[in-house]
Amino acid sequence: MPTKPQESPTLPMARPEIESGVREVLCDALGVDADDVVPAARIKSDLGAESIDYLDIMFRLEKRFTTPDRPFKIAQGELFPENMLSDPTLVENGKVTDKGMTVLKERMPHVDFSTFEKDRNVANLSETFTVKSLIEFVERKLKA
Amino acid sequence: MRWMWIDAVTAFEPGHRMVAVKNVSLAEDHLHQHFPGRPIMPGSLMIEGFAQTAGILVGATEGFREKVILAKIARATIEQDVVPGQCIRYDASIERIDSAGASTRGTIERMDHRDGAWVRIGEVEMMFSHIDQNRAGVAFPEENFVFGENFRAILQASGLDRFLAKEPHGR
Repeated sequence: MPTKPQESPTLPMARPEIESGVREVLCDALGVDADDVVPAARIKSDLGAESIDYLDIMFRLEKRFTTPDRPFKIAQGELFPENMLSDPTLVENGKVTDKGMTVLKERMPHVDFSTFEKDRNVANLSETFTVKSLIEFVERKLKA
Repeated sequence: MRWMWIDAVTAFEPGHRMVAVKNVSLAEDHLHQHFPGRPIMPGSLMIEGFAQTAGILVGATEGFREKVILAKIARATIEQDVVPGQCIRYDASIERIDSAGASTRGTIERMDHRDGAWVRIGEVEMMFSHIDQNRAGVAFPEENFVFGENFRAILQASGLDRFLAKEPHGR
């Protein structure tokens, strides 16, 4: 009798599992209620993240999604734009340049820039980081 | 009075873990205000003691060249009082460190000399920022004002001065 092939332990994580992992990370890092961590919630404006919280979120995501057979390491600037925006070719007079938009989209495919792109005001960039963008980030990275 | 909330480092695994102790004494003025007739070590100062332990651990990882600032207390619980005559032990470990900062966690324990047993009374999770690498990009003065004489004194008294950088103020 043929034996059923065993399930691989390295199967990609399912979306609901990723969502609950991200929710757990945000609840622990920001002290928010799980009910408030909805996909559209903005990390800064809705969940109250301050600058050190971004590093905390990054470290916690790494820990949460690292498995015995696969480390989950996030490089600086991979999840959030960090100091990239101090480059004058990417930002001019407080607005992201064409080149800046190309770089942002290329480096951060997990973020939806469609609303931001209308005015490109750097001060509003943090508004683009939502719970959904973190979920997308983890999903893409686990698939890569 | 000096802002030194640990007395000695008792264990050190560079880059991973540091353990420090503090003896609580009736000679400390603040205990007589907190509270008159019922001296109790303030919880906020135990968190500071943990921060000094974890901060030295994080600072030592980079040879005390980075300015290490307590940036976030993600979690802190202290469930029992500590009174004069008792000893506190802070056991701090680095969870993750990179050029921007470090995340640490650990325990607070208490020992009463009458039974000599260490009892866990609290847990802490703390983030430190390497402020020269801060996200806002603000420039800070070059001199390392974080790891001053007090920290050097603690490390020297604990026999750990070999971990101090020869020129702690420069890069």
